[in-house]
Amino acid sequence: MTRVEVISPGPLTTLQDLGRPGYAHIGVPRSGAADRPALVLANRLVGNDDGAVALETTLGGPWLRFDGPAVVALAGAPVRGLAMNEPIELAAGAELRVGTANRGLRTYIAFAGGIRAPLTLGSAATDTLTGLGPEPLRAGEVIELGRGASRSKPPAVVNPPAREPVLRVLLGPRADWFTAQALAWLTGEEFTVSHQANRIGLALCGPRLERARAGELRSEGLVPGAIQVPPDGRPILLLADHPTTGGYPVIAVVHSEDIALAAQLRPGARLRLCAASVRP
Amino acid sequence: MTDHAQNRTRPVGDRALLIELADNRLVHAAAALVRARYGEALAEVVPGHQTLLVVGRDGPVRIDLDGLEAADEMPHELVQIDVRYDGADLEAVASALGVSVEAVVALHAGAQYTVAFMGFAPGFPYLICEPSSPLLELPRRATPRTRVPAGSVAVAAGYCGIYPQASPGGWNLLGHTELRLFDPQRDPPALLEPGMSVRFEPI
Repeated sequence: MTRVEVISPGPLTTLQDLGRPGYAHIGVPRSGAADRPALVLANRLVGNDDGAVALETTLGGPWLRFDGPAVVALAGAPVRGLAMNEPIELAAGAELRVGTANRGLRTYIAFAGGIRAPLTLGSAATDTLTGLGPEPLRAGEVIELGRGASRSKPPAVVNPPAREPVLRVLLGPRADWFTAQALAWLTGEEFTVSHQANRIGLALCGPRLERARAGELRSEGLVPGAIQVPPDGRPILLLADHPTTGGYPVIAVVHSEDIALAAQLRPGARLRLCAASVRP
Repeated sequence: MTDHAQNRTRPVGDRALLIELADNRLVHAAAALVRARYGEALAEVVPGHQTLLVVGRDGPVRIDLDGLEAADEMPHELVQIDVRYDGADLEAVASALGVSVEAVVALHAGAQYTVAFMGFAPGFPYLICEPSSPLLELPRRATPRTRVPAGSVAVAAGYCGIYPQASPGGWNLLGHTELRLFDPQRDPPALLEPGMSVRFEPI
């Protein structure tokens, strides 16, 4: 069984899979890969199940040394000098240096056989909000790979991170808390990702979204992609480690297929939102 | 009897719905009904204050709440929680209410609570009681504490809560319990779940 030594971990590299669905009602976030299609793609490229445990980087990646042969694949944010979206065979003793992403934010590194890691509530995902799951990768740590996988699935769709994406949103559930002006600005103006951007959510800079009514909402359940608006009018787009309930009104929710685009936005990135039609 | 025809459903993105209900009892009845009727198709069923969030596993969800009245008749599991009333804010709470510390304890331990919903941290319950108690209506502390000890039983802003692990917090601390509110290795991991009834026993 191949062991992988972490020579350097990169700024924030975590173990991720498809998370812990089904526990939101007791306050446990789903967590898991922020860009789920990229995780699934990386896993399929090496013959793993979609939810096998892989690495998620943040802007920069780790430097790894392999004590045995391995097959790896990188997907998500492209990294200079490394083949993306295809399996790479490594011999015993090989090193893999994952540098800074050219664009986008999170690269997924999957290994044939997956990473062997203890499960918490069925998942090895590091949840940065609650601390559930393993610590982020550290220098000197050794990760163990599972036995080589051999399942062959058609690769998932390759969807490279977009530079200035337009994310589809569906208005509500609390659009009625906002002024007509705020709703017009939400889908008419450009926003920029602030430096308060992490796996929990992205604080967006742009026009302040004013409320049409006073008072506070009582807590209600939240989903990834929800755009909640605190009293200061600056929207926050929630990602994988978002709290399960909250009391800021949610003006709109990003379409589930576009959350991956949001998860690849780095601080300073620009984005626009466009209104998608509400299903019948 | 509530008129369920007035339940309002709001869209939440392309695969979830937020159902507004007249009171929190109905929220828990609706949660049980929705789980029984649509469980396999759902990723999450999340109670909030007078709302129920229903998230589809792979796509949009349609929810029919026919029969909610019958589901509302279900008994609610009662959990007793032993509390040592030694909280750092006990005297401040007593003076804010103009009563003795003993009266605060009697007030808190004399009521029966319901877990309205959860959040803030894994296993953290938002407890309400009916009729609401002046204890629960106290405001949050002007300055939150950077560290509230695990097991702290606290009140603020309409709720009683129990901190499952040490964390920052701004609620008024009445006491603590030795019970583990959340243990991911246990099944079920959370001691309390939405809809359960809770009584506090002074020790």
